[in-house]
Amino acid sequence: MNISHHFDDATLMAYASGSLPQGMALLVACHLHWCPHCRQRLSQAEAIGGALLDKIEPMSLQANALKSVMDRLDLEEEIPIPRIDPVQSATNLPAPLHHYLQTDLDHLPWKRLGYGVHHVDLNLQGSGTTRLLKIAPGVSVPHHTHSGNELTLILRGSYTDEIGRFSAGDVADLDGEVKHQPIVDTDQDCICLIATDAPLKFTGIMGRLVQPFIGL
Amino acid sequence: MNNDEPLGGDVNAVLSIAEEKKKEMRDNWSARLTSLAETRDKAVFASLFDYFAPRVKAYITRLGMPPATAEEVTQEAMLSVWRKAHMFNSEKASASTWIFTLARNLCIDRMRREKAVEYELPEEEPDPDQRDQGEHLILEERMRDAIATLPENQAQVLHLSYYEGKSHSEIADQLGIPLGSVKSRLRLAFSKLKAHWGEEE
Repeated sequence: MNISHHFDDATLMAYASGSLPQGMALLVACHLHWCPHCRQRLSQAEAIGGALLDKIEPMSLQANALKSVMDRLDLEEEIPIPRIDPVQSATNLPAPLHHYLQTDLDHLPWKRLGYGVHHVDLNLQGSGTTRLLKIAPGVSVPHHTHSGNELTLILRGSYTDEIGRFSAGDVADLDGEVKHQPIVDTDQDCICLIATDAPLKFTGIMGRLVQPFIGL
Repeated sequence: MNNDEPLGGDVNAVLSIAEEKKKEMRDNWSARLTSLAETRDKAVFASLFDYFAPRVKAYITRLGMPPATAEEVTQEAMLSVWRKAHMFNSEKASASTWIFTLARNLCIDRMRREKAVEYELPEEEPDPDQRDQGEHLILEERMRDAIATLPENQAQVLHLSYYEGKSHSEIADQLGIPLGSVKSRLRLAFSKLKAHWGEEE
């Protein structure tokens, strides 16, 4: 996979500090799965957390804390935590997303949003929305900006916007300062995972008209 | 245990000895955590507990966990240290960093009140010019020193993000600055810290 667009440092720091909403964290985990460059930067962002842990003012535990933990050391692990195997799944989806969907992109209950656009809402908790978007060749998403942050991970196909060309594995990491209008630039559908921490704002007249209907 | 005699009254020398001791201690934690996987020595675990559990509890409390839950999650985190010690790799992270990520993951899972899932990352390809174990610790050490030299406004967003688990928008609201400024301060801080990593960019 030839990845040329990566996360902003600030996004990796938010992931490292555990402060990203659930859907954005899922998306970051998916890209990390594919991208050694971002994994390396993540380990640096996590080292900041480790350094801060060393500097923090310690807080006493309950008097019996050590004993009660020691008593549990030899017990069987109560509930094994499900681990997501890093092995690439047969569906070509990054493992964290495959684990969540339990199916491949062609067997999802896609819902039509408008001309040439389908979506599946992942219904994750927390602020913002997380959805898969499938956009037909030649179709463009209305011009929009963001009141918060928007992360997009391309899973299949590609699109071009004011920033550049994005293909499978690439991420677009945008905030309110960016205004863009992606257009699918091959004869293949473009499927992306999109996670936001606040609603999008459409800018053009068309955008304002469609927003109430498609609820993007 | 503050029994260092000042050497010739040179304050800097005394300070640098104190720093050196702290550094040795941190290297020591990584070595102990590595040995725990092989020896399963409970006395070693108890020493790790004494140092790290009160720090983990302080961290979790600052993230906004109620006291009873913070205590419980801290104990869970320390239990994970015991159970997962074999997964610790001192070539990739220091003991502090590894325990930080364990505690962070437990907090995220707890706050979401849902089944815990861990996104295990693929193993890295062996690096042709593989750093040795000591070198990674030196890099983290340099990063620690660099944090202390960050300008106040960068240190502030770093603390709000890592210590209080605040999102960028929440930090923007709290400080009354635009979202873009929060992110640019974090980027500036990160690029300074990364410069001490001595590679890339």
